[in-house]
Amino acid sequence: MARSSAATRPAATRRTRLLVATRKGLWTLTSDVARNGWRLAGPQFLGHTIHHAVVDPRDGKTMLAAARTGHLGPTVFRSTDNGRTWKEATRPPAFAADSGRVVDHAFWLTPGHASEPGAWYVGTSPQGLFRSNDGGATWDGVTGFNANPQRKAWCGGDQDGTPDGAKLHSILVDPRDAAHLYIAMSSGGVFESPDAGEHWWPLNKGVRADFLPDNPPPEFGHDPHCVQFAGGRPDRLYQQNHCGIYRLDRPGDVWQDIGANMPKTVGYVGFPIAAHLRDPDTVWVLPMDGTTVWPRTSPGGRPAVYRSRDGGRTWKRQDQGLPKSQTWWTVKRQAMSLDGRDPTGLYFGTTSGEVWASRDEGRSFRSIARHLPEIYSVEATSI
Amino acid sequence: MTARTSHEAAAVVRVRIPSPLRSYTGEPEVMVAVPVLAPELPPTVGGVLAALNVNYPGIRFRMVDEQGNVRPHIKLFVGSDVTRDLASEIPSGATLMIVAALSGG
Repeated sequence: MARSSAATRPAATRRTRLLVATRKGLWTLTSDVARNGWRLAGPQFLGHTIHHAVVDPRDGKTMLAAARTGHLGPTVFRSTDNGRTWKEATRPPAFAADSGRVVDHAFWLTPGHASEPGAWYVGTSPQGLFRSNDGGATWDGVTGFNANPQRKAWCGGDQDGTPDGAKLHSILVDPRDAAHLYIAMSSGGVFESPDAGEHWWPLNKGVRADFLPDNPPPEFGHDPHCVQFAGGRPDRLYQQNHCGIYRLDRPGDVWQDIGANMPKTVGYVGFPIAAHLRDPDTVWVLPMDGTTVWPRTSPGGRPAVYRSRDGGRTWKRQDQGLPKSQTWWTVKRQAMSLDGRDPTGLYFGTTSGEVWASRDEGRSFRSIARHLPEIYSVEATSI
Repeated sequence: MTARTSHEAAAVVRVRIPSPLRSYTGEPEVMVAVPVLAPELPPTVGGVLAALNVNYPGIRFRMVDEQGNVRPHIKLFVGSDVTRDLASEIPSGATLMIVAALSGG
């Protein structure tokens, strides 16, 4: 997920803005300085499915939104005035005409490196990677991925995707090196490129894939749900996977299973993962029930986030303010975010249209919006 | 209606626009001038959609994917005949009706 913008105003006067992308449009929640009061604005694009909406941290005012409707093909809208006005991309992400492939929807937006103003990446469903060099107006396929002869082997077929389509997500740009990229695919696994996407290799050692034969362990075909850099330490990655929670410390290439340290009654399944923006040892997950037929709801009907402050060795349940029973939330992989303030705010949105906020690093939560459509993503920005 | 003006090598086709696409056209019905190679060659559905895209950039990709296929929930009628073939000809006087056909929540 996008990191918070480096706001130039004094910390004491900053507020937090959430972009809440839903199945039926885009809403904005803006806080006061204390993050006590919240103002809901919207909808924009009412009736459009907005899979992701992200603020450009390089200028704090450019926004991109990945959109489609039930009838109409996928596109990207962009705003350069903090979401007041929007223009459609003149050349949306699309596979090569001779590829036989069709973009169903743009799924994941990632701003490019700080040294490349106007650069953006988008991951699509089915798995495709596209780049814009002009702030999202025109998009070109990253040929090293989209036309890679191994791509089909990595990604599998339609039956290997998630219920609403296979996805390329978690596009990470190394803050020290604009050409050093990570991507994740459901399914496909995590891949790394040293050269801006020209070449790729899998990075899945140590990650279980219970749905694949395991002797020998598969190199790819895994199902990462969300991958993030650790705050302040881009040589550390955290991953919420279909089959566990993992940490990778580079230059190592074997993921460490930190989901095994979660309470057995809660388990290690979930979709989002949120890494603290400054402390590389602190990370949050939001467990979902992955037993039996995979309900993907709050385990036992008792929602909570789990926080680790030691890189995943131990986890602490945080549920103060959240409902205590009969609450069967699903929170999607893009729907948990941090604002990067001190203490950091933690926010998540549910498929039942609720947004919950903590302004004290998860110690307590309260509801700040209800009755919205199914929430696909929540992106927090300090403004 | 389709008006033929051979000396201009263009046919003008009436196109009915569904509400999901009126953010592009602003109107429920537009007239589109379609270049024709010869007076005896009627315009095609694909030609009309290409010409529509010239007037309203981006509208074609919302209806037709990058492989040239009409998207699943878009229906096209030439007169009263449904078609998914962009090579379908539009007879003189016929209207191209675009329908965004989707129900459910």
